[in-house]
Amino acid sequence: MSTVNKSSLEPYFIYRHKLPIRIMHWINVICFIVLFMSGLNIFNSHAALNLGKSSYNGYAPILEMKSIQNSNGELVGITNIFGYQFDTTGVLGASMGPEGKLIRRGFPSWITIPGPKWLAMARQWHFFFAWLFVINGICYVTYSLFSKHLQRDLLTTKSDRASIWQSVKDHARFKHPSGEAAIPYNVLQKIAYLSVIFILLPLVILMGFAMSPFLDSLIPGWVDLFGGRQTARTIHFIVAWLLVAFVFIHVFEVIITGVWNNLRSMITGQYQIKTLIESSHKEGK
Amino acid sequence: MAHQTDRRRFLARLLAGAGTLALVGCDKLSNSEWFTNVLSTGGSLSKNVHRLISARKSMAQEFSEADMSPNFRSNGTSLPSSAEYQALAKDNFRDWALTIDGLVEKPITLTLTQIQALPSRTQITRHDCVEGWSAIGKWTGTPLHEVLALVKPLPQAHFAVFYCADPMQDDGSQKYYESIDMDDAYHAQTMLAYKLNDETLPIKNGAPIRLRVERQLGYKQAKYIMRLALVEKLDHIGEGKGGYWEDSAGYEWYAGI
Repeated sequence: MSTVNKSSLEPYFIYRHKLPIRIMHWINVICFIVLFMSGLNIFNSHAALNLGKSSYNGYAPILEMKSIQNSNGELVGITNIFGYQFDTTGVLGASMGPEGKLIRRGFPSWITIPGPKWLAMARQWHFFFAWLFVINGICYVTYSLFSKHLQRDLLTTKSDRASIWQSVKDHARFKHPSGEAAIPYNVLQKIAYLSVIFILLPLVILMGFAMSPFLDSLIPGWVDLFGGRQTARTIHFIVAWLLVAFVFIHVFEVIITGVWNNLRSMITGQYQIKTLIESSHKEGK
Repeated sequence: MAHQTDRRRFLARLLAGAGTLALVGCDKLSNSEWFTNVLSTGGSLSKNVHRLISARKSMAQEFSEADMSPNFRSNGTSLPSSAEYQALAKDNFRDWALTIDGLVEKPITLTLTQIQALPSRTQITRHDCVEGWSAIGKWTGTPLHEVLALVKPLPQAHFAVFYCADPMQDDGSQKYYESIDMDDAYHAQTMLAYKLNDETLPIKNGAPIRLRVERQLGYKQAKYIMRLALVEKLDHIGEGKGGYWEDSAGYEWYAGI
């Protein structure tokens, strides 16, 4: 920035996130955590992923978690991915049960809701929060369209698209814009948000629908467009983990670009703009 | 620097502690009646929306022979433990008969031969277990509406209840049962199946007859059926939730999801 506004020499606040966005963001956080963890409990009832219309079509699962007893009678957790076998005792296949002993289960209890193996209850959690999640998502997209949040803040601009490579390099060096340049989302951030909102989330919801025998009957055969019910279940699982990967990157970026400032802006809406010390020096000379 | 690592360690512990508390909290909530009632609104909402958006007659997908699972998996009971059932099985179910009664004009008892003499239907469908797996099999059986036409349900009949031969407890008590509503009972693909993959229905898959109700999950597909009763309400049967797994483990009565 060549000229720095006199008033911007002191840190100041802008109103970054409007109230509806903040509320919907945190509802989404709760829903996603519950959906992911109850989903893993549901997965544990059949800790394998297949491709195709059924699980029993002559092909081995692409992922399977199981347990076997070794020669000492101890439980060993085994994870099989694309035919490669790993000993994952303690985490996958076999992990600590309520009595402090290893028990047979896919994902461990500290990452599932409810903790114990309890399919009926996990389904209750999953379907209740799925409704909340979908309704919240519809409200978010509707609000973003009508308030122009989508058009103004999320859609990429021409200059965004021209600076993709620069943005990739900046992210790789953990270099982020500061001062007023930090107000708009950067291009990778926009692409990440848009992909999550318009690709990953609709896909994970649709693949959830594909697992419902009733919804499959609405247009018989639609599930085959995605490879069949078991492929849909596998896609549902993979997309859930891609969303977790997004959450980790998102939280990482939140932390390195000023964790309290970012958190404050998503709670009260107030985002502090710090002026660039260098440019204010230049200005002073 | 030391100060920073302390702070980080404190934050990490704080997060881990909060996480543990939240998990314990979730498990507490799972055991509280009010919260599970709140959660179950999700399932009821799904049922009502499903009913709203679709013709009640929508057909489950039917598959080709190439899609059939080489071995149709048996789940739950694979051989009912009761002496009564095993005696019937020994004679290839010659002495087995299905009683259809309750809220009907003409209660009836049908032998296996009589059921097989009624018009039949064959369909290759996908069986989706609540656990997550699916198997595709070819079912031949008597559409339930053919049987209902014989007994003439009374107008106040709202549910069809299937009483099964398999005891679910080691002491022989609590036999399996399931129920469906009349929309599913009259659905074109709902049948009393007596053949699987062109063979006589094996015992592990529910011989002599099992229910197929194709737009719902596996636990609705009652095996080893002994009696079918039409009723107005489900609350006086078992523990009132409409099925063995519904009563004993909290599974939803509506299993279209």
